[in-house]
Amino acid sequence: MKLAYWMYAGPAHIGTLRVASSFKNVHAIMHAPLGDDYFNVMRSMLERERDFTPVTASIVDRHVLARGSQEKVVENITRKDKEERPDLIVLTPTCTSSILQEDLQNFVNRASMESVSDVILADVNHYRVNELQAADRTLEQVVRFYIEKAKKQNKLDTSKTEKPSANIIGIFTLGFHNQHDSRELKRLLKDLGIQVNEVIPEGGLVTNLKNLPKAWFNVIPYREVGLMTANFLEKEFNMPYVDITPMGIVDTAAFIREISEILKQSCNDIENKVIDIDQQSVLNTGKKDISAFNFENYIDQQTRFVSQAAWFSRSIDCQNLTGKKTVVFGDATHAASMTKILAREMGIRVSCAGTYCKHDADWFREQVQGFCDEVLITDDHTQVGDMIARIEPAAIFGTQMERHIGKRLDIPCGVISAPVHIQNFPLGYRPFLGYEGTNQIADLVYNSFTLGMEDHLLEIFGGHDTKEVITKSLSTDSGLTWAPDGLAELNKIPGFVRGKIKRNTEKFARENNVSEITVEIMYAAKEAAGA
Amino acid sequence: MSTLLSENLTFECETGNYHTFCPISCVAWLYQKIEDSFFLVVGTKTCGYFLQNALGVMIFAEPRYAMAELEEGDISAQLNDYKELKRLCLQIKQDRNPSVIIWIGTCTTEIIKMDLEGMAPRLEAEIGIPIVVARANGLDYAFTQGEDTVLAAMAHRCPTYESKSSTSKILKTAHPPLVLFGSLPSTVATQLTMELKRQGITVSGWLPSQRYTDLPDLGDGVYVCGVNPFLSRTATTLMRRRKCKLIGAPFPIGPDGTRAWIEKICGVFQLQPVGLEEREGIIWKGLEDYLELVRGKSVFFMGDNLLEVSLARFLIRCGMIVYEIGIPYMDKRFQAGEISLLEKTCRDMNVPMPRIVEKPDNYNQIQRIRELQPDLAITGMAHANPLEARGISTKWSVEFTFAQIHGFTNSRDILELVTRPLRRNQSLQGLGWTKLVKTI
Repeated sequence: MKLAYWMYAGPAHIGTLRVASSFKNVHAIMHAPLGDDYFNVMRSMLERERDFTPVTASIVDRHVLARGSQEKVVENITRKDKEERPDLIVLTPTCTSSILQEDLQNFVNRASMESVSDVILADVNHYRVNELQAADRTLEQVVRFYIEKAKKQNKLDTSKTEKPSANIIGIFTLGFHNQHDSRELKRLLKDLGIQVNEVIPEGGLVTNLKNLPKAWFNVIPYREVGLMTANFLEKEFNMPYVDITPMGIVDTAAFIREISEILKQSCNDIENKVIDIDQQSVLNTGKKDISAFNFENYIDQQTRFVSQAAWFSRSIDCQNLTGKKTVVFGDATHAASMTKILAREMGIRVSCAGTYCKHDADWFREQVQGFCDEVLITDDHTQVGDMIARIEPAAIFGTQMERHIGKRLDIPCGVISAPVHIQNFPLGYRPFLGYEGTNQIADLVYNSFTLGMEDHLLEIFGGHDTKEVITKSLSTDSGLTWAPDGLAELNKIPGFVRGKIKRNTEKFARENNVSEITVEIMYAAKEAAGA
Repeated sequence: MSTLLSENLTFECETGNYHTFCPISCVAWLYQKIEDSFFLVVGTKTCGYFLQNALGVMIFAEPRYAMAELEEGDISAQLNDYKELKRLCLQIKQDRNPSVIIWIGTCTTEIIKMDLEGMAPRLEAEIGIPIVVARANGLDYAFTQGEDTVLAAMAHRCPTYESKSSTSKILKTAHPPLVLFGSLPSTVATQLTMELKRQGITVSGWLPSQRYTDLPDLGDGVYVCGVNPFLSRTATTLMRRRKCKLIGAPFPIGPDGTRAWIEKICGVFQLQPVGLEEREGIIWKGLEDYLELVRGKSVFFMGDNLLEVSLARFLIRCGMIVYEIGIPYMDKRFQAGEISLLEKTCRDMNVPMPRIVEKPDNYNQIQRIRELQPDLAITGMAHANPLEARGISTKWSVEFTFAQIHGFTNSRDILELVTRPLRRNQSLQGLGWTKLVKTI
């Protein structure tokens, strides 16, 4: 048992549900007790989703405990099949069903005979994996299922698109700024003359998954979700993938260069193949392409003039940040990228970089090596809090949890990673990836520190004006007295409305010629306030 | 009585596929109410994730609650439950030194049959802090019923009332002692206490009290009365195990409910209520600006917190038409007073009786909402945004649980909540974008 107040990554089924509900026309059914469908609230509130979240529960109650689910799960699946006609129904186990050890696969087999939809059982174990690992696994499972299905039906077309194309894998619901990142990635690929073949799972159709092999390569923007799928596609179809996160100027350039290599390589392959079948025309296009796959000019233009971040790092503003201490904490992708940006691109000192993705600790250490003083791998927020208190950085870049730690210690914090609150689902365009992403990050970093000049002036003049605010009331002596019981009751009222209630009560007392305010008067005032 | 009911109100029961909060959410308000308590939820990551997200920022104010997160070793019994819980409770004792630790049993502890009730007395003796066990799990209960299980467990811990002993904490009063049960913010508790004081009735204590160490005396000769409709287990425990006399009344929600509640209590103590009618009248007058907004409008309760019958009754009195009252669980005995007041209200206002749907099916309800197009749907957060996007105004039902809605004084707050979407609609009127989903 573990005493816990807060967790960074959610339970496994959340990951499965995030993947399932990101696809269009896929329905997830949780095998769970009443109240576990909390995911719907998160999606509806955080993402401000207009549509009903395609997740329902097959409720586990006392009867199920006594007799087993029996027909219930099968009925719920076939019912949903008739009501919504989804392409796929994903039966999702939870911590409860993990212990019940019912043969869910058997329910799935039976239900799939009766329903038009495809039905699969998400293969995740609550006690072994967390939200992110489960999402990674579920995405691979769904892709594998539809590739196998297409193979069986002989509908799998592995011929490549004529023009270079890519799949973007790992964009999904409740992901940190995923929608904006997706748009930015598409724009970046378009600039490079690369078509986007499929984006999964967000907004994709499972019936289109058989088209995945048509792309020349895969893009995995986030470390946490998509790598399993990319590995599967590589093994199965020899599809290369790019797993560099294009976050920050240096890594975005590295990402583009990697793509360039892949394209050149694929062209050579095609060329060789084409010679075999002797199709001169395709050979010509292939040859022409190779020179088009040199993106150095593009990188240079974007870096120096489109993105403002390279210029920012040379500007006087950024000079003031030199050597300031920071702490970075988040998921592996964002924490690693952020550490590199701060240290390499802005000259800021990262005293500690950390991640809660314990399952990916080795990769993280390797990434941040040389860019920070120490590395912290933990999913215990009190350890992170203690570390921050010890280091006393000038700014923190972390999750919502670190933002709250920062508030308590009076240290500013920029949020760079999930877990997140509703304010991290902005309506405006805020990617973290690509060249526009570098601008956003520069703003975030700069605004998180106390502005340079302001800081300087405060130091010279000994801080803010220290004259204390003595009274919060604008009126002079009111001639009213508060009876002890009234005063005691007033003090029970939460601080932020107390002043208003005090004023309203006194106004009421004056109007009614009452000189002593008791509890009764207080509530009489409240009752009268509405009229 | 029951034949009369079936003739009038219709009770139905659907599939139970509805959205509600898990009952462990009761720790959110109970830990704030009982100041010297510590709530330990014995469950999994799923429970923890729910609490963390449902309670939002509260988690950061050094809360007096925590998860005892079960790991694989606990499930497969490789670890000893007793030793594990002892280790955590000693840590809690050291860090917070509470007067009571409340263990909240969850679905997982039910399934693996962890004997919390058996372990608690042993551990209590060993570490010297009372341990109360409440099974507030999603297998058996919905949302606010969590509080019911905690209070029922706590009722066993109240000192025994002895009418002759002078040491009894209960004040000597003209009438037999009266204890009210249900957790309310202390300001609201004060308001209700004052209302009764005006009628010459002294409230001897509240279950729960502000501090665990101040729990009221209970026993033969003590009268008890509930303030919330979801407290049926607590009521049963008080009657059967603590030999108290239950005053079955409508609940003090809305001026009509508050008046009926006070009248019932006065009736039991054979007191003539004084000035209640005028008081109710004044409150109604004060609500007039809001009543203008709601009159003739229709409401649909999807049902998730058991306050639905009382709220529907109040809204009908306000002049609204209620199509459907969804409710997770309907205790017709404990809510008898409320149900008959609802019927009377419908007759007085000359509106059709609403259907009461127990264990509703959200999918079917949404089909019905589409047909009926109510002016307001009172619903959980999972459905609010999708319904709004389809042009149906909604109000989150959870807010009624956290807002102050009891007594004469707070009647306005209920209407404040109910009219908010209506007022918002007024201010956005004429912009032309009410339906915001693409029709395929």
